[in-house]
Amino acid sequence: MRTAFVSQLIKEAEQHPDIFLIIGDLGFNVVEEFAKKFPDRFLNAGIAEQNMIGVAAGLAKEGYNVYVYSIANFPTLRCIEQIRYDVCYHNLSVKIVAVGAGYAYGSLGSSHHATEEMGMMRTIPDLVVASPGDPIEAKAITTLSANYQGPMYLRLGKAGEKQVHTTSFDNMMIGDIVALKQGSTGRSALLATGSILHYANEFISEKGIDTSLYSVPFIKPLNKQQIKELAQKHNNIIVLEEHQKSAGLGSAIIEQVSDMYASGEISVFPKIKRVAIDDCFYHLSGSQAFLRKNAGLVLHENMFE
Amino acid sequence: MITDSIVLANAIRKHSVRMVYRAGASHIGGAMSMADILGVLYSSELRYKPDNPQWDNRDRFILSKGHSCVALYSALALCDFYPIEHLDDYGKEGSFFLSHTSHYIPGVEVSSGSLGHGLSMAVGMALAGKIKKKDYRTYVLVGDGEMNEGSNWEAMLLATQKGLNNLCLIIDYNKLQGYGRTSEVLPLEPLSAKVQSFGWNCITIDGHNHDDIKRALAEAKQTTGKSTAIVANTVKGKGVSYMEDELLWHYRSPNEQEYNQAIKELEL
Repeated sequence: MRTAFVSQLIKEAEQHPDIFLIIGDLGFNVVEEFAKKFPDRFLNAGIAEQNMIGVAAGLAKEGYNVYVYSIANFPTLRCIEQIRYDVCYHNLSVKIVAVGAGYAYGSLGSSHHATEEMGMMRTIPDLVVASPGDPIEAKAITTLSANYQGPMYLRLGKAGEKQVHTTSFDNMMIGDIVALKQGSTGRSALLATGSILHYANEFISEKGIDTSLYSVPFIKPLNKQQIKELAQKHNNIIVLEEHQKSAGLGSAIIEQVSDMYASGEISVFPKIKRVAIDDCFYHLSGSQAFLRKNAGLVLHENMFE
Repeated sequence: MITDSIVLANAIRKHSVRMVYRAGASHIGGAMSMADILGVLYSSELRYKPDNPQWDNRDRFILSKGHSCVALYSALALCDFYPIEHLDDYGKEGSFFLSHTSHYIPGVEVSSGSLGHGLSMAVGMALAGKIKKKDYRTYVLVGDGEMNEGSNWEAMLLATQKGLNNLCLIIDYNKLQGYGRTSEVLPLEPLSAKVQSFGWNCITIDGHNHDDIKRALAEAKQTTGKSTAIVANTVKGKGVSYMEDELLWHYRSPNEQEYNQAIKELEL
């Protein structure tokens, strides 16, 4: 995903002279081409994330569309107050790009597990929170972000994620929920965000499960009309994400559906099952796949009954 | 528009005291300690157009110690960014004049209130000026207690790496912070040597002596290859006898009798 992001960012930077890239002393073998092509629009801010976000805000105030690139918790939690106050309160065009969503940096340990940041970021006003499910979505969201004036968080996987989509997006809009499969009965719907989308797709294909499958590349804002339609159409919604259960995508969907039910917009409250991390840290060494399984990010056929 | 720095500084002090008195607000001490610096900056140093606050070639000024905003709001009113009567709205329900600097006020570059943010943003703005080959300068005024924040020192490292001689940091060194003397809370000394060791040009001045302030700002402009920090030795509450060097006036708002005495002292 990071390769899809960087190669698309280079293409966008050729078209958009306002694009600026800051790294937090990370990105070896990833950002070199950008740095070489656009030396005036590239900065290594060093291992100093609070300053990095403030500097990004200052550059954005002077007209740049600034991308800040680092790993997992470093461009997010480490400097969340700068994100909230310098970037979002001033509504500046800063794109925070974190690689290593979820357990992507599995064996590097909890310091490198991005498993809470999405929830924290989605509480900040005016911040778009994007979580692409495969390299095709990452590319489309990069293009979207290059044309979007305002703050955005891009939660990327690492490298080598498999494609789920077979065709590119012509025009992805903020908040879009993307339908991948339609079940014949319309009873259950599986929603996934981030690179775990690939597992969701494979699971239902291999088991031959009759369900709809949606990718949710935006945690915030959610497309309310689409959520309403999903809630009306399905009485069993399963939400899969590589993030803590609290404040993640599943929670965001429950909040939306609850608000709609309370206001009378929908008359039936569907069953919504969250498959997410259950308020835990993991301290074992292991691959992303191992840690996902350990954390219970596993689908079962009976969930779809 | 006031072009005499001493007249402007004194007017800033009087309006600041009046604002906190009317609003029952805190933080007058730090507003008084930096009034002379603002007096010099806004009377003769900064390039700006009150009728076009976003003028592209304006010098950028960031007040990072946002709790001292009454002095900046007063300076901007006295320099015609908005009518002086608007200061009466300070602290009122629904007013844009918050008790920390707000960028919704004409002439204010960025909001501040959380300490340790202004210098990083200033580095970004100065860097943009360098890259775009613009000749505006970027000034940022911080409190001494604020220098406890590690983000400032991160920003200083980067300013040196980029050779930002279009950036000038002014430290309002009034020696008092939230809960006591800076020398006791987290000692900054030797402050000037610390700043220099980060690769900055550092000038130590009497922050109430206008000639000193002007000379330091002129030297900063002439400095090549590095950023300049001005360590301005100041007195918290400067100008009102009972406020001077008293931590209490980080918190208290003057009562009627105290207010009348303050105005009397400032009119002498």
